[in-house]
Amino acid sequence: MRSLEHPLEGARPAAPAPGRPALEPRRRSEAARAWRRFVRYRPGVAGLAVVVAIGLVAVFANVLAPYSPLAINPGMRGAPPTAAHPLGFDHIGRDILSRLIYGSRVAILVALLATAIAVTIGVAIGTVAGYAGGRVDAVLSRITDALMAFPILVLLIALVAVVGPSLANVILVIGASVWASYARVVRAEVLSLREQEFVIAARAVGATDRRVIWRHLVPNVIGPVIVLATLSVGNIIILEAALSFLGLGVRPPTPDWGGMLADGRGYITIYPQIVIAPGVMIAATVLAFNLLGDGLRDALDPRHID
Amino acid sequence: MWRYVLTRLLQGAAVIFLVATAAFLILRLTPGSPVDVMVGEADVTPQQVAAIKHLWGFDRPWYVQYATWLANMARGDFGESVIRTGVPVGTMLAQAAPVTITLNAAAFALSVAIAVPVGIVAGVRRYTAFDYIGTVGATLGVALPSFWISLMAIILFAVKLRWLPPFGLQSWTGYVLPVAVLATEQAAVITRMMRGSVAAVLHQDYVRTGRAKGLAESRVVLRHAVRNALLPVVTVLGYRMAFLLSGTIIVETVFALPGVGRLLTDSVYHLDYQVVQVIALVLAVIVVAANIATDLIYAFVDPRIRVG
Repeated sequence: MRSLEHPLEGARPAAPAPGRPALEPRRRSEAARAWRRFVRYRPGVAGLAVVVAIGLVAVFANVLAPYSPLAINPGMRGAPPTAAHPLGFDHIGRDILSRLIYGSRVAILVALLATAIAVTIGVAIGTVAGYAGGRVDAVLSRITDALMAFPILVLLIALVAVVGPSLANVILVIGASVWASYARVVRAEVLSLREQEFVIAARAVGATDRRVIWRHLVPNVIGPVIVLATLSVGNIIILEAALSFLGLGVRPPTPDWGGMLADGRGYITIYPQIVIAPGVMIAATVLAFNLLGDGLRDALDPRHID
Repeated sequence: MWRYVLTRLLQGAAVIFLVATAAFLILRLTPGSPVDVMVGEADVTPQQVAAIKHLWGFDRPWYVQYATWLANMARGDFGESVIRTGVPVGTMLAQAAPVTITLNAAAFALSVAIAVPVGIVAGVRRYTAFDYIGTVGATLGVALPSFWISLMAIILFAVKLRWLPPFGLQSWTGYVLPVAVLATEQAAVITRMMRGSVAAVLHQDYVRTGRAKGLAESRVVLRHAVRNALLPVVTVLGYRMAFLLSGTIIVETVFALPGVGRLLTDSVYHLDYQVVQVIALVLAVIVVAANIATDLIYAFVDPRIRVG
């Protein structure tokens, strides 16, 4: 069963035997087995390939792009593709292919940094809530619930309205808004880990809370967090593009897929071809990350197979 | 049972209080007061600015403003827009709400009508061509951003075929494309859930028992499997409310429909924070209410939930 809503139902990493870190040879074989399971799921491998490809495009955008993404070709407004400009020109005569290539930078940058922020906040809050329990857990869980319940785009729009649209703000705002699912997953994991013998044993021999959290709990929640992060990246890319599309994201003239769609929307009745390519890129990237996440989930949680 | 109802209601109240506080903070944190935005470049004396601030209560301590604001919201008094002076926020909402409600209700009904049967068939006939096509369609529906589907729909049905209007709401035909786009995303998610749920239920003992005692397969599937498979899906439908509302903002903006989502983005462009604040709060209350209602319905239908 592959359900998008609860990607981590019962997910647990194929972790080394609890207690002390496993011996090296055993750990390698776990990784090798996880890799074999991953390779069996073809769409996941395809997803990985596309993700790597888009990552390379983003890194080497300046080499790969045939023209400057900002250069305006006079007299070529909305012109159809030519041999030298295979995707044609946008509404003010810029090369669409070059803008598309540079646009991958914003998408990947926002996806990675916003995910990093969300993971940091979510893991911290989830661990504390699950480990501390009681009132602390009750308060943190209510805050998490409130965030989960909120229409995320409404929250993003309201926050951007306050801090103003810019690349850094978009990253911060998205990162600060999407951590709730991590907190929920990590809290549930920690709740069950807390009761297991190796944690009880560690506390019995006098390990400090800090040591228990860092040595025993955090390493054991990394697996589910990685899977959730991969499955959520696609969502973040869509949110970033949505903000840009609404004019609340990265500022023009920075090339950005959502922004390109917004530019094209105003001219859709005259130059409909402008909006096709950026959407294909967004969809391909999102799909690739989703498939990669599906594959990782199967690989890291052998029980989660239908 | 009543204890559970009470607990959920109290939790909901706590969540709404948190959201209300956050919404209040949003206005407090904005750089410059709304009065500065309203006055803009106009030639006014500091005394006049102070008078306006006094009129709107911005010169009072924050906790007084906070308490007043909470009390006003609780009474359903949303105040007047500072930027679009004199227009009550409640009136703006009342004008926009019917569009958004129509849009969401139609999209919701359409998506359920498509996704539930498709999900059932895909779940029963797994790994067949039908399942494969359904799964690929659902995966694409989740990955394709709604604003792009909207633009493609406009190109095909409005620009090329000229069957439907590209923007606006001159007649009911203006609803067709937005509803279809909103339903597509929703249907994709529901189909995937329904398929998974049916597939899981088919492994249950009571399904095997039904088959063993010689029931027709259609009866086993419809009477025993689907009824139980629907339960988790119905619950998640309630939780989808938040996603549906996010989708509304996009779709209303793309198709220029005068709904609540458009009012929200317009208010952001106009720096009309007060309206942003109220809309955020109202949408959150709707979502929290929908979630609580879902939980309670679920608890009534399935006694096992109450134990947890």
